[in-house]
Amino acid sequence: MAELITQLFNGLSTGSILLLAALGLAITFGLMGVINMAHGELLMVGAYTTFVCQNLFATYLPTYQDWSFVIALPLAFLVAGLVGLFLETTVVRFLYGRPLETLLATWGVSLILQQAFRNIFGANNVDVQSPSWLEGGLRLGEDLQFPYRRLFIIFLAALCVAGTYWFLNYSSWGLKIRAVTQNREMSACLGIATRKVDAYTFALGSGLAGVAGYAVSLLGSVGPSSGLNYIVDAFMVVITGGVGKIFGAVVGGFALGELKTYLEVLTSSSLSTALVFSLIILFLQFRPSGLFPQKGRGVDS
Amino acid sequence: MTETTNKTVINTSTPSKEWIIFGVLGVLLVLAAPFFLTGFQLNLLGKFLAFAILALGMDLIWGYTGMLSLGHGVFFGLGAYAMAMHLKLSVGDAGNFGTNLPDFMFWNGITELPWFWQPFSNFGFTVLMVLVIPGLLAFLLGLLTFRNRIKGVYFALLTQALAIVFVTLFIGQQGYTGGTNGITDFRTLLGFDLNAESTQKGLYVVTTLCLGASYVLCRWITKSGFGKVLAAIRDDEVRVRFAGYDPSAFKVLVFTLSGCLAGLAGALFVPQVGIVSPSMMGIVPSIEIVIWVAVGGRGTLAGAVLGAVLVNAAKSFLSESFPDFWLYLQGALFLGVVLFLPNGIVGLFQQFMTKKTALEPSEELVVSEEGVAK
Repeated sequence: MAELITQLFNGLSTGSILLLAALGLAITFGLMGVINMAHGELLMVGAYTTFVCQNLFATYLPTYQDWSFVIALPLAFLVAGLVGLFLETTVVRFLYGRPLETLLATWGVSLILQQAFRNIFGANNVDVQSPSWLEGGLRLGEDLQFPYRRLFIIFLAALCVAGTYWFLNYSSWGLKIRAVTQNREMSACLGIATRKVDAYTFALGSGLAGVAGYAVSLLGSVGPSSGLNYIVDAFMVVITGGVGKIFGAVVGGFALGELKTYLEVLTSSSLSTALVFSLIILFLQFRPSGLFPQKGRGVDS
Repeated sequence: MTETTNKTVINTSTPSKEWIIFGVLGVLLVLAAPFFLTGFQLNLLGKFLAFAILALGMDLIWGYTGMLSLGHGVFFGLGAYAMAMHLKLSVGDAGNFGTNLPDFMFWNGITELPWFWQPFSNFGFTVLMVLVIPGLLAFLLGLLTFRNRIKGVYFALLTQALAIVFVTLFIGQQGYTGGTNGITDFRTLLGFDLNAESTQKGLYVVTTLCLGASYVLCRWITKSGFGKVLAAIRDDEVRVRFAGYDPSAFKVLVFTLSGCLAGLAGALFVPQVGIVSPSMMGIVPSIEIVIWVAVGGRGTLAGAVLGAVLVNAAKSFLSESFPDFWLYLQGALFLGVVLFLPNGIVGLFQQFMTKKTALEPSEELVVSEEGVAK
C-alpha cells in the first residue's frame, strides 16, 4: 500500500514538472499556433536566473540566503518572459501562420542560446541549492515520506495552472487574448491591438517556461543543453491533452507523468520511453486531436 | 497567357541542360576525384555524398510533399546499424578477445549471439535489411499518423519523439547495440580491408553511384504524375482529397521511400567512417538534415545535394577551427535561411537567372498549378 502511494506520488511529481513545462507551450502552441523549439532554452533561462540569484545572495546577503529562492521565482518569470518578448518581436512575429518555418527558426534560436549559456556559465552543469525549509519531507506513518521539495513543485504547478486559468478567463488581457485567438480580424476591427496581444501572450508563455526552469533547478543540476530533455515531453503532453485547452495540458501532464513512473518501475527507463511513445501513437489512433480537442467546423481541423 | 508559353519553353530546355550538368559532375566525381584528392579528402567527400542521399530523401517528403520529419536520423541510423552489424560479424574471432562475439557483447556478459544478429552475417540479407527496416518503420509510422490525418507540426513533433525513443532504446539495450559508444572497430567488408586506401576509394565510387541512382529515381518520381500529386498535397491537401485522391496513401508511400533512402545513406556512411553510435540519430542530427535541404533550396533536388555537401563542408572546416563559433553560425543559418532565403541557394540562383528575362513564377508555383489542373 505504502509502495503504491509512493509511486502515485512520484508520478504526480513527474507530472507536475511536465505540466509546468507544457503550460507555457499550451499557450504559445495551443493558443497562438507557434511551435517554439527554444522553449526548453527558456526553461534554462529560468533555471540560470535562479542560479545567478542564489550566487548574488551568497556574495552580498549571505544571512538571507534562504530568501534568494523566494526572489528567484518572480525573477525567473520576468527574465524568461523578457527573452520571450524579444524573441517574438525579432523572429516569431514574421512567421505567424507558417508553423514549420517557425519551428526551424526557433531551433536556430535554441542553438544560439545553448552556446550562449555555454560561454557565460561554462559547459559544466551548475547546481542550485534548495533552501533549508525545503529539506526533508513530510512523514506519514512508517514508510511513507513525501519530500518537501516535490510537494513544493506540485503546489507551484497548481498555482501556475490556477493563475493562468484566472488570467485567461477573468482578466481583461485574458479576454483580449481569447478574442484574438478566436477571430483575429474581428478583434482588430473592434480595436484590440492584436500585435501587442501576440507579443504579450508569447511573453506569458515564455515566462511560464521560466517558472518551470525554476522548478527544474530544484530537482537537480542544470546544464546548457538540459532544455532539450524537457521540450519533447512537453510537446507530447500538449498533443495528448489536446491543443488549445489549458485543462488538456493538466490532464495530459499528469497522465504522462503517472504512466512514465509506472512503466519505469515495471520495465526499465529506456523501455518505458519507447512504451510511452507507442501508447501515445496508439492513443492518437482513437483521438487524433487529443483528449480535449477544440471543436470547430473547419475542414482542416 | 504569354507567361504560360514561356514556362513550357523553359520546362523543355532545362532537362537537357540539367542532364549535361549531371553527366559532367558524375564523370568528375567518379573518375577525376579519386586521382586528384588525397585519401582524407576523398573520405570526407564520400561522407558528404552519403549525406546528400539522405538529403534527397528529406527533400522528397519536405520540399515536395510538405511533411517535415524531425526524426530522419532514426532511419539513417537503422540503415547504419544494419551495416555495422554485418561489419562487426565479419570481424569474426580476429577481434581483441578472440571470441566470435562482437567485443561489446563480450563486455556486457552476453555469451551467445542474439537471434536477430545472426542473419546479418550474410551480406545480401544485410543490404536488404538496410532498406527494409527503415522502410518498414517509416511505413508503419506513416500509416498510423497520416491515416488519421495527423499532419503538419503534429507529425513533425511525433517524428521528433521517435528520435528520442530510438536513442534511449539504443543506449539502454547496451548488450545488443553497444550502448552510447555504438559499434566500432571494423576490419573488412566482403573480404576487403577497410583500412586500405583502395577499399575506401571503392566505397567512395559506390557512394557516388548510389547518389546518382537516387537522384535519377527522385527526378523520375517528382516529374511523374505521382510527383505532381505530392506537390498538390503540399500546396492544398484538402483540395486534393476533394478531387478524389487519397492523400494519405501517397504520403505513406513517399515517406517509406524517403526512409529507405535514409537507410541506404546510413549503410554507405558506416564503412567510410568506421563507427556508428546513437548520437547520429538523435534530435540534433535529425534536424540538421532539414537545414541542409533548406540551405540548398527545398523543392529542388539539386538544392538538396548542394546543401548537404556545402553545409557539411562548412561544418567540418569551421567546427574544427572554431568549435564555439560553429554553433552560433548554425543557429544563424537556421534563422537566416527561414527569414531571408526561403528558397535556398538554388532559389537565389533561379531568381538571379530569371530577373534578366521577365517576372517569372518560381518552379514551385508551376508545379502546383499543373498538379491542381490535373
